[in-house]
Amino acid sequence: MSPISRRKLITSGLAATAGVAGLTAAAKVAQHYGLIPPDHGGLYGPGQTLTYAAQRVLTTHSLAREFPRSMISKLPFANETPPPTDLFKRHQATGFSDWRLSVDGMIARPTSLSLPDLKSLPSRSQITEVVCEEGWSYIAEWIGTPLDEILKAVGALPQARYVVYFSTDGNWWDSIDMADALHPQTLLTWGMNDGDLPVSFGGPLRMRVPRQLGYKSVKYVTHLTVTDSVKHIGKGLGSPNPEGGYAWYAGI
Amino acid sequence: MWYAAPVSVAGPPPNPDTPRHTAVVRVTHWITVIAFLALLLSGVEIVISHPRFYWGETGNVRTRPLFTLPIPSSRDTVPTGYGYVMPDQNGWSRSLHFQSAWAAVLTGLIYVISSLWTGHFLRNLFPVPGDRTWRAFWQVMAKCLRRAPPEEAEARSYNVVQRIAYLTVIFVLFPLVIWTGLAMSPAFDSAVPAAVNALGGRQSARTLHFIVSGFLLLFLVVHVTMVVLAGFRSRMRGMITGRALLPAERTLEHVGERP
Repeated sequence: MSPISRRKLITSGLAATAGVAGLTAAAKVAQHYGLIPPDHGGLYGPGQTLTYAAQRVLTTHSLAREFPRSMISKLPFANETPPPTDLFKRHQATGFSDWRLSVDGMIARPTSLSLPDLKSLPSRSQITEVVCEEGWSYIAEWIGTPLDEILKAVGALPQARYVVYFSTDGNWWDSIDMADALHPQTLLTWGMNDGDLPVSFGGPLRMRVPRQLGYKSVKYVTHLTVTDSVKHIGKGLGSPNPEGGYAWYAGI
Repeated sequence: MWYAAPVSVAGPPPNPDTPRHTAVVRVTHWITVIAFLALLLSGVEIVISHPRFYWGETGNVRTRPLFTLPIPSSRDTVPTGYGYVMPDQNGWSRSLHFQSAWAAVLTGLIYVISSLWTGHFLRNLFPVPGDRTWRAFWQVMAKCLRRAPPEEAEARSYNVVQRIAYLTVIFVLFPLVIWTGLAMSPAFDSAVPAAVNALGGRQSARTLHFIVSGFLLLFLVVHVTMVVLAGFRSRMRGMITGRALLPAERTLEHVGERP
């Protein structure tokens, strides 16, 4: 081995300094353009950040694939979870006539919407695939109110950066950034394959985020919060999923 | 006289002080080893959560699989025939899988760009003119199957079978495994629908990802076996320090080569 020369030492030192400065600058730029996910810390933070940033740059406006009616799965898999609470069972007994979706946070008009209120907003129907992180999938027609329409109706403020959505199951909530919240295919879904959304598939109201994996499509949604930060919600990771190792951003 | 050996290698006799492998090759090789082992481990864990494979766009436990792995699953929703549900390791496995994939892809990019720049592919991996025949290929295979010891020259350069194997891994299997992996991303597919449609759907992409990973694992097993058979210490020394031979051996050889 040849001894390290002074020139080599200076060059390496300069390169390292430039590298650190470059990384710091890159982090600032990334933060500014919303390329840093809430679960950017920890062992897998670099991977989560690279995936989120790369996909945000690539997919901000792209539409999830929609399929012809003939491709709707005849045998969709509900991945059923038992109705979570007694309150839910009472709702079920009354045909969800008292189901409400409350919306609060950074909005002009805090609101509570009934299912008929939601259905009176412009709706959208789309045939998209549910993709589970385990590997299985099915295609269904989903009918619902675009989250974008709800945000318009309640007057979401321009500084909003995330929409957090909660279900009747207190342990199952999640959040998406505004790119997905304002995306035309992100639906508060109340219909499936020309009928009401069955309870096993998340009825009466399920968030559908077709550009992300199934675990972001939370069932039994009752509450939306519009916010500029998810730091104060739960453990501040945007969702309970990162606590179990699952990425907050589930585009892959 | 090593250059008269039946297994031909490229180029003039190298200077014994020239590294067997360049620093870029060595560093990218070992980063890839770590990343690939992490991908393999986490990939196995991910498969356990649904050890059924399908063809086409969709597939789930209610549809007919193309094939099923005879292993228990980490989910009680999957009918495996075992009365046992494995512990669920999918969360960290997925995070490790994608982080390792980033490490492997970025390292691979550095390797490919640097190799194009230095001519590594043309000089060291593309079969030399005399070797571009089935005959040359089978000669090496036959020698290997007879378990003949490696030629001395093979400590300094690759034979034609190695070259084809490495080129296949670098330019066929790795690109395929990246493509089929990305095709399983619903967000990536929204930007580049052709990535998944060309493969026949996302379940086809998943099945192909599994099969290509199997070929990469097969390569790994054969590669490590061949390293052991060819001389584990010398080959590892070559890939770690860059020196194929010990200094003492190099001196002796240097002397021996003089007319």
